[in-house]
Amino acid sequence: MPPARDTASPPPAPPPRPGRTRQAAAFALIAAVCGLSATAFAYTGGWLSPDRLTPARIVDALSDRGGDPIGHRRNHSKGICFLGTFEASGAGTALSTASVLARGSYPVVGRFAIATGDPMAADASGRVRSLAVRIVAPDGQEWRSGMNNSPVFVVATPRAFYEQTVASEVDPATGHPDPKALAHFFATHPESAPFLAWAKTAPWTTSFADQQYNSLNAFRFIDASGASHPVRWSLVPTAAPQVEPVAALAAKGPDFLEQDLKARLARGPLTWHLVATLAAPGDPTDDATKAWPADRPTVDLGTLEVTTAQDEATGACRDINYDPTILPTGIAPSDDPLLAARSAVYANSFDRRTAELARHATAAGSAR
Amino acid sequence: MTPTRFSPLQRGLHWLMAAAIIAMLFIGVGMVTTVQPRYLALIAVHKPLGIAILLLALLRIGVRLRRGAPPLPADLPPIQRFGAHASHLVLYGLMVAMPLIGWAMLSAGGYPVVLGGVLRLPPIAPHDDALQAVLRTAHTWLAYALFLTVIAHLGAALMHALIRRDGVFQTMAPWSRANRA
Repeated sequence: MPPARDTASPPPAPPPRPGRTRQAAAFALIAAVCGLSATAFAYTGGWLSPDRLTPARIVDALSDRGGDPIGHRRNHSKGICFLGTFEASGAGTALSTASVLARGSYPVVGRFAIATGDPMAADASGRVRSLAVRIVAPDGQEWRSGMNNSPVFVVATPRAFYEQTVASEVDPATGHPDPKALAHFFATHPESAPFLAWAKTAPWTTSFADQQYNSLNAFRFIDASGASHPVRWSLVPTAAPQVEPVAALAAKGPDFLEQDLKARLARGPLTWHLVATLAAPGDPTDDATKAWPADRPTVDLGTLEVTTAQDEATGACRDINYDPTILPTGIAPSDDPLLAARSAVYANSFDRRTAELARHATAAGSAR
Repeated sequence: MTPTRFSPLQRGLHWLMAAAIIAMLFIGVGMVTTVQPRYLALIAVHKPLGIAILLLALLRIGVRLRRGAPPLPADLPPIQRFGAHASHLVLYGLMVAMPLIGWAMLSAGGYPVVLGGVLRLPPIAPHDDALQAVLRTAHTWLAYALFLTVIAHLGAALMHALIRRDGVFQTMAPWSRANRA
């Protein structure tokens, strides 16, 4: 070993042994390669971009809208499971090779809900009602769909959805959302106008059963020739609407929708027609805030028959993620940017609640 | 006769899987932190690529058990020798475990396991949210562990190649030493 050199002493110092220079350079290179790799990984995972809109951020915001959603879905948190069947008419086979569209009867596990972050919310607080289905074909292929009773969605992009959710967060000081925040959101998001017009004017009804539920996002049906048909679909009720003012509904109690559903099912099954609407060239497939013109052709794909209601805590729907991108071969997502975001956010919400339910079960087990 | 290099099949599998595993780690960590449309494309690659890695890993372990590996240099310090053996066990273990955990996690979550088009796999675990929670958490933390092990492996390989220059890197190098000398 050469003696340590005083770095402050003036040049000319003899050059270090070439081996040592090489070695130091090699160490530096190795450290740089490993460090850059780790940095690239951290960047990809979003650790270096705190502003990135991640599924976790959206679910955090959804979780903070009042009530205690731990162990529950973070949106459409209050719901009820159902069992039923989908009787496919076979008419959809001209548009899509999906096996669930071939004439036949397929089992359904579904869920009715209201759009809220609070699993104990009063039913009259839910302007938006929803219906989700999982239809399973004999070959195991699945069609999952979550549909709302509004004709259009409130926003067109994941970013706007996040901003709207943040504006709906409960202010800890008042225990309520800040009305000015939502007013500001809508004032700066003109794309929400069709949704707001619906929310303001559509009659309130007494039931989940009399609502039409719409896919909102566009999808693509792929036929046997490989041709792609842009569609949206709706579940059109056969029950006549029973309109009541929202104040009268609130007076029925917080769970009137569940009570109505169980009472109706005690008398017999409830049915909807699953109707696909075909886009004309130029109809927007990437913007769920825009309705398609009412004269677009439709195809009656079959009938959803709901036979049994189940409480969510023990129901078959509880542990199903109604991710709208879980589709059979023959149906594919469109270019609507909400679809990928829904898939990513639902997965995050699902992972949280399975973990929370597991922790809850462990705690209950050890308490026994 | 003790081999001085890994066989061409072993080297081919190594470099193919290196690319696949590194791609997989970046796809995984990227897809769970985005809500952009690329999420759907990333997840559509993640699942079949994971199963491809599982199959390649099983083939690779079979080849490794049959053909073995060139010996480490005799002068390698015991601690480094231990690190080499332990990190390779971790790498082989996670190459098999990560895809199986991913597959089981989707099964326990009640998801269809779709590799693409009509290519689907059966569930390998019951639909159970407690199991899903454990597997989902394991998938994340073992992915971080795998990434760190890959970085350590990369660093160690470069140490052998550039500092120790003991021929260990050459045993797996895609090129032949004769062509370079």
